[in-house]
Amino acid sequence: MATPPPIRAPVGARLIAPSETDLSRCVRCGLCLQHCPTYLATGLETESPRGRLYLMRALAEGVAQPTANAVGHLDQCLQCRNCEAVCPSGVPYGRVMEAARAQVLAGGRAPLSWRLRALFLRQVIARPGRLALVAAALRLYRACGLRAVAERIPVLRDRVLFAPTVAGRPFRRTGVIARPQGAVQRRVALLTGCIMPLAYGRVHEATARVLALNGCEVTAPAEQVCCGALHAHNGDRETAAALARRNVDAFLAAGADAVVVNSAGCGAAMKEYGALLAEEPDYAEKARRLAETVRDVHEFLADLPFAPPASGPELTVTYQDSCHLAHAQGIAGAPRLILAAIPGLRLLEMAHADRCCGSAGVYSLTQPQMSLRLLDEKMREIAATGAAVIATANPGCMSQLEAGARRHGLRVRVAHAVELLDEAYRDSGAGV
Amino acid sequence: MARRNLIRELQSACGKKWVLHAPEDLLVYEYDGTIERGMPEAVVLPDSAEQVAAAVRIARRHGVAVTARGAGTGLSGGAIPCDGGVVIATPRLNRILELDPENRRAVVEPGVVNLDISVAAAAYGLYYAPDPSSQKACTIGGNVAENAGGPHCLRYGATTNHILGLEIVTADGEIVQAGGETGEAPGYDLTGVLVGSEGTLAIITKAVVRLLPRPESIITLLAIFDEVNQASRAVSAIIAAGIVPAALEMMDKYTMQAVEAAVHAGYPPDAGAVLLIEVEGLAEETAEESRAVQEVCRDLGARELRIGLSPEDRERLWAGRKGALGALGRLAPSYYILDGVVPRTRLPAVLDGVYAACERYGFRVANVFHAGDGNLHPNVLFDERVPGATERVLDLGGEIMRLCVDAGGSITGEHGVGYEKRNYMSWIFSEDDMEVMARLKAAFGAEERLNPGKVFPTSKGCGEVSSRMRAAIARAGPDAYI
Ligand SMILES: Cc1cc2nc3c(=O)[nH]c(=O)nc-3n(C[C@H](O)[C@H](O)[C@H](O)COP(=O)(O)OP(=O)(O)OC[C@H]3O[C@@H](n4cnc5c(N)ncnc54)[C@H](O)[C@@H]3O)c2cc1C
Ligand code: SF4
Ligand code: SF4
Repeated sequence: MATPPPIRAPVGARLIAPSETDLSRCVRCGLCLQHCPTYLATGLETESPRGRLYLMRALAEGVAQPTANAVGHLDQCLQCRNCEAVCPSGVPYGRVMEAARAQVLAGGRAPLSWRLRALFLRQVIARPGRLALVAAALRLYRACGLRAVAERIPVLRDRVLFAPTVAGRPFRRTGVIARPQGAVQRRVALLTGCIMPLAYGRVHEATARVLALNGCEVTAPAEQVCCGALHAHNGDRETAAALARRNVDAFLAAGADAVVVNSAGCGAAMKEYGALLAEEPDYAEKARRLAETVRDVHEFLADLPFAPPASGPELTVTYQDSCHLAHAQGIAGAPRLILAAIPGLRLLEMAHADRCCGSAGVYSLTQPQMSLRLLDEKMREIAATGAAVIATANPGCMSQLEAGARRHGLRVRVAHAVELLDEAYRDSGAGV
Repeated sequence: MARRNLIRELQSACGKKWVLHAPEDLLVYEYDGTIERGMPEAVVLPDSAEQVAAAVRIARRHGVAVTARGAGTGLSGGAIPCDGGVVIATPRLNRILELDPENRRAVVEPGVVNLDISVAAAAYGLYYAPDPSSQKACTIGGNVAENAGGPHCLRYGATTNHILGLEIVTADGEIVQAGGETGEAPGYDLTGVLVGSEGTLAIITKAVVRLLPRPESIITLLAIFDEVNQASRAVSAIIAAGIVPAALEMMDKYTMQAVEAAVHAGYPPDAGAVLLIEVEGLAEETAEESRAVQEVCRDLGARELRIGLSPEDRERLWAGRKGALGALGRLAPSYYILDGVVPRTRLPAVLDGVYAACERYGFRVANVFHAGDGNLHPNVLFDERVPGATERVLDLGGEIMRLCVDAGGSITGEHGVGYEKRNYMSWIFSEDDMEVMARLKAAFGAEERLNPGKVFPTSKGCGEVSSRMRAAIARAGPDAYI
């Protein structure tokens, strides 16, 4: 009789590894397989949720070593959490993968690429000044026409495609950024985040206007920092926790009824602050309290409920679920509800709208091949709808889909769903 | 060295990228949906029947066994390479080659996922009837090998009733056609022999499957009972009333608790059992049957009845049942799923016996089953990390199987014999029977070469082989990576 291998104590002195309870939840039923983009693309068990969980278990038990090959399988995971959303057994896949990456990173045998990535996330993404410099360079890169040239050179094309789009006016406002015309019904605080204000400042402007029109006073607390999602996803829990602590303080001090987030990845991370800081006596309770007030902007608007716009421009729109909204936060209905409420807007669903577009945080930069593959498939499905606009809910997805549109010569506009609502309000003459 | 050559040859036949041999990669091919383990020496993912044949020939030359693998959702250890050797995995053979609505059939490769056939056929108002609860993941190859059943097999029969023909690769590496496009070929019914052969006779590389027209009307009913006993009596009563529902499924209390946590199906926490009943056919007939079923259930004490008419409502009622097995992972770290079948009328008695046996062993049990077929799935909940627990669970499993056999039933309803139940074969088959089966296997030239250690009783354990493999790979050191 084959008895499974005994559970060994995790390697290393500190217990940085996925918990045994989380790992043993996977009963290997395979019901997640057909939802995993990397399994569908390769057919390999090594690139499946079930295979990765088994590998992470072996790593945690010391049965397998973090060889380049093993670590490569963790790298190929998008952390889209589609598997988690469909798992009948409730395996907290996202949490397990974050812990496994933390284990590898802390284990001293992490590949150089992992250490460099962690360094970049810590020293650039989490530092607004430095990030602004990178953004300025990217802005110039696009504005001076270099990007258009680079993307036309065959050997360069695939390599430069995923340089994020930075255009339009950055968002730098803090304090009260919008007030309703009438009485204040809700006071909300907006997470401005790291990338969104630089790359898509216009989405924050639209969010503020839409919220104000629905009776909210909107503040952007000046003390807030990057949410730390990218750090947690890539195994740097310490930085993630440090950022989380600062945000907990900043947002609790703002004393708003809700923290509204318009970036799916950030919203998911902030909702998990309670778990991230659970072991820190000074913060556990505060983090849990704050996390309970975090709302994705679509979720918040749908719950209010928002005022349906009186009119809107004729538009055909297809909606791409952002993974960390649909799978991590379980919100797929609210964005569609908002789009459906816009007069003149026709929602054309694409096939597999909830399948990852390949953006996945820094994935498009670290795994460009798989990312391109998923993007190409996605663009074909989008093209098949014939929609003029792709709506989505996260800056990474927006940038990726824009890259896809350029690559496929598709004349579509990419917008955050809230931007479309904002335009409809303006079309109907409502204003603040 | 020998292994190195084996791998080289497989690589040149199927492409470097599609041959796995690093220890971490082989590791994830040592399991399926069971608690068994066995590690292969190499895994290959062919892209055509020719590549499958080539891989089989290479393995044969090297004197190693071949085990086919679909999605690895099997529940009898069938896809686990008990003797090491080469695993041939079919996920890349996932093309629907032909949809022929006029003749109501489809030609598919073995790696096609069960549900995908129905999705593709929906455009023509057709579907593929056998619907194992794993249908979103399991493959046609695996279904054919296990003669998989499912809720709707009560009315339409198991996989074997829906396979018209097969293309196979024999143990000698030859590609052979079995059966025909129409299902009725002259001579012996080779297809019938191959369905349910659990990968021990040949490797399936193509299947011609039957498609059925979607019924005009479908009604799904969910009946909630206070006691399991009432529910199992209702099962017999429904059939006795002359109704043949398309599906008749039952879940007991523990299962409902797990399901409730997973999909929020809205089951009352204190209910003892639910029955899920589906009737289908012409609209009038269905409405009539639905009324009759409701009456029977109420008579037998159903405290609540829910009815699903629209596809969405019906899917909601089904969601709990389809996710039930996976959801059990919420109740305990491990579960051991049993698969026995008894005459329908014996269900209440056997069920009592199952509960009593589990109590004696001190394990909780969650029952979920295709009640209409008398096919029960007791799921024993345990923790494999507790020393000795796995062995005790297996003993208990043997006892429950014995209960089924004594009640005039059998040791498998649909999951197959595989590795897990090979030693129970003697309970239902005489030595002569087994001898005939062995001769059949020999006639296919498949003796120890295709999926060894399965179906036939042996004393050799899969686990021993697996730990030997692990040790060999560890000893091989860097050589394990070629
Ligand atoms: C949650 C869950 C629910 C389930 N519900 C049901 C159910 O309702 N009814 C039911 O019958 N089963 C059920 N099963 C069991 C399982 O899904 C079926 O046995 C299924 O047919 C296995 O298919 P697979 O592709 O996963 O095959 P695998 O597990 O990969 O293999 C199963 C067997 O088929 C052989 N095989 C695979 N492909 C080939 C091929 N191309 N040629 C020859 N042999 C091959 C393998 O060698 C092995 O012996 C369930 C399993 C799970 C996890
Ligand atoms: S669905 Fe959940 S339990 Fe099943 S294999 Fe996937 S992760 Fe494991
Ligand atoms: S997170 Fe996404 S890519 Fe990773 S295993 Fe799950 S489904 Fe696959």
